[in-house]
Amino acid sequence: MNHNHPVFTDNDPQSELVTLNLGPTHPATHGVFQNVLQLDGERIVSGVSTIGYIHRAFEKIAEHRPFYQITPLTDRLNYCSSPINNMGWHMTVEKLLNIQLPKRVDYLRVIVMELSRIADHIICNTIIGQDTGATTTFLYLFQFREHIYEIFEEVCGARLTTNIGRIGGFERDFNDIAFAKINKFLKEFPKALKEFENLLSRNRIFIDRTAGVAEVSKETALDYSWTGPLLRATGVDYDVRVSDPYSSYQDFDFEVPVGTSGDIYDRYLVRNEEMWQSVRIIEQALEKLKSEPKGIFHADVPEFYLPPKQEVYNNMEALIYHFKIVMGEIDAPKAEVYHAVEGGNGELGFYLINDGGRTPYRLHFRRPSFINYQMFAPMSEGMLLSDAIINMSSMNIIAGELDA
Amino acid sequence: MEETTLNNGIQAKLSDKFGEKISAVSEPYGLLTFVTTKDVIINVLSFLKNDLNFNFLTDITAVHYPEKEHGIAVVYHLHNMAERLRVRIKVFISEQNPTIPTATVVWKGANWMERETYDFFGIKFEGHPDLRRILNMDDLGVYPMLKQYPLEDPNRVDKKDEFFGR
Amino acid sequence: MSEINIVDAPPGIEGSGFFATSLDKVIGLARSNSLWPLPFATSCCGIEFMATMGSHYDLGRFGAERLSFSPRQADVLMVMGTIAKKMAPVLKQVYIQMAEPRWVMAVGACASSGGIFDTYSVLQGIDEVIPVDVYVPGCPPRPEAILDGFQRIQDLVKNESGRRRNSDYYKELLGQYGIK
Repeated sequence: MNHNHPVFTDNDPQSELVTLNLGPTHPATHGVFQNVLQLDGERIVSGVSTIGYIHRAFEKIAEHRPFYQITPLTDRLNYCSSPINNMGWHMTVEKLLNIQLPKRVDYLRVIVMELSRIADHIICNTIIGQDTGATTTFLYLFQFREHIYEIFEEVCGARLTTNIGRIGGFERDFNDIAFAKINKFLKEFPKALKEFENLLSRNRIFIDRTAGVAEVSKETALDYSWTGPLLRATGVDYDVRVSDPYSSYQDFDFEVPVGTSGDIYDRYLVRNEEMWQSVRIIEQALEKLKSEPKGIFHADVPEFYLPPKQEVYNNMEALIYHFKIVMGEIDAPKAEVYHAVEGGNGELGFYLINDGGRTPYRLHFRRPSFINYQMFAPMSEGMLLSDAIINMSSMNIIAGELDA
Repeated sequence: MEETTLNNGIQAKLSDKFGEKISAVSEPYGLLTFVTTKDVIINVLSFLKNDLNFNFLTDITAVHYPEKEHGIAVVYHLHNMAERLRVRIKVFISEQNPTIPTATVVWKGANWMERETYDFFGIKFEGHPDLRRILNMDDLGVYPMLKQYPLEDPNRVDKKDEFFGR
Repeated sequence: MSEINIVDAPPGIEGSGFFATSLDKVIGLARSNSLWPLPFATSCCGIEFMATMGSHYDLGRFGAERLSFSPRQADVLMVMGTIAKKMAPVLKQVYIQMAEPRWVMAVGACASSGGIFDTYSVLQGIDEVIPVDVYVPGCPPRPEAILDGFQRIQDLVKNESGRRRNSDYYKELLGQYGIK
């Protein structure tokens, strides 16, 4: 029979739901996690998240490594801002061992942590821009990540997975080249950030795509244990640096940006303003460093901090300390400690149970990306597919922190 | 010092309400820690959330102590953001029958935290809406964080033992 | 005088209006300078790849400007990052979907051999599931190292015989992995 329109012999496809596998390898997902979505046209009806595609069993590995060998593991949690993870771990062990650090070390740590926070937020904000179609901003600001990498290289030798610092301080002092690079960064970055803002913050298309999309209320965010810029965008001013200050953050004068509606535009603005505040903190840290005695870059704890090699070859106590530290025979109290730092995505917590052996008895990482991501599937019910993609990129899910 | 007085206040209120269900109270590094039992844990969590203003669930995890009689400890960390206080609650359950009521009735954010704890330790959270493995492969068959399981894959054929001191 | 280098023509006989050389060489030249990579970025090495694609280290000047996320349109599969055992079937599926000729580059220690993660959940090297052409060590490798690995792939592409993909040796190699 002749028809001049298509004939559907089975169920009417207009009333069927489409199952879309936003699979582990997908250009829009920044990392390996899978979402199986049921779509009614362009609108998502329901979704199921599957993660674990990069599960590397960090917590099990940590039960077999001495304290200083766990630092490279923590690097690979949130690999966009690995110095923050390193510092958080070192502070956890220092809390366990009751080590007090000199102020100069604290200020140097603050500089490193704020630089890595800027690096993390650069990635997130430029990727939100790229997902809405604005690729230029990604290329402009990524150049500054290279500058930050150069500063890290000057201090610790590595660009990305830095393994920076030691339990008790740093492995070497910041030399003049490092300070020159930091000063140059502080001169050039504000101009580039201003240019980035001019391109995106009042951009009609960007605002249309992000304002009013994926709004979250304070109560829902707290119920789902959100932290970090996501929680601050909903209106709760919780920042671990202010609530439980560590590493002398109480000496610094900075503001915590807070949004109102929790939508994607607010999250972008909160991260943007945090970058400005980080620049302010680094400037204050450099000022404060001028009044501290030069040359101190670690605490005076020879039982936990490796002595310099010249002393190891010439001095008996240094040799014994070196041997004990490397073999892992340090005297750590049998206790449990929980310490949290403000990572790029929220509260990064370390729960350490020590039983006096070479390695921890149990180490648990409270990973913000993991806990933030559980709300993605419930939140995307009823959203358009393109809005859900930008929602995912604004949550800044780092796969290493998601799966650990 | 101020922390200790605040912690004492919380401990007093908890003892008033729950009596000897709260035991082994200590304050390692200023963080109030106590042990309770699995039949009152949901009441303790609700009391802390609603009456004592611990509105934020930081984390749920577990620890395996193979030599103890009740060998698995489920650990909850709560946070009172307004007054900047934290508290740690431990519940010891037995390895042969590791069940405990779910905390998703109090906070929805406990969903994935409990799934992760189930995946690693095998703890069955009663009443959980969707208790299945989250990080490991579904056909792994064992609960890997328990102390009796090795870190490395035991089925590897390409590692020569003499190079690794075995 | 510009210092920009462009690719040299292969040796051949030149005349007015014609250039005679062997077909293999011309195809090799064209292929190697227009490879379309598929960035299979899973973890930290993926961020170093993003830095390589940025303007400082610029992978685009070697012809790899157009990244393809669809395996059907890609030439080189760059596996960057740890591959867990849960991810291995996905990787194999992506490799099978690529059309010949295809090359594989394992970037980083985790893709080459499992890296520092000798655990029950991590695949100890992607050459357990797919055949690999170039391994780039490092944790993560510097962008210069990734560029060097890419240039080794370009050498392989340039010098490959046109009959390699149909030879018995190649079929046997793929057969070892269970790929037809």
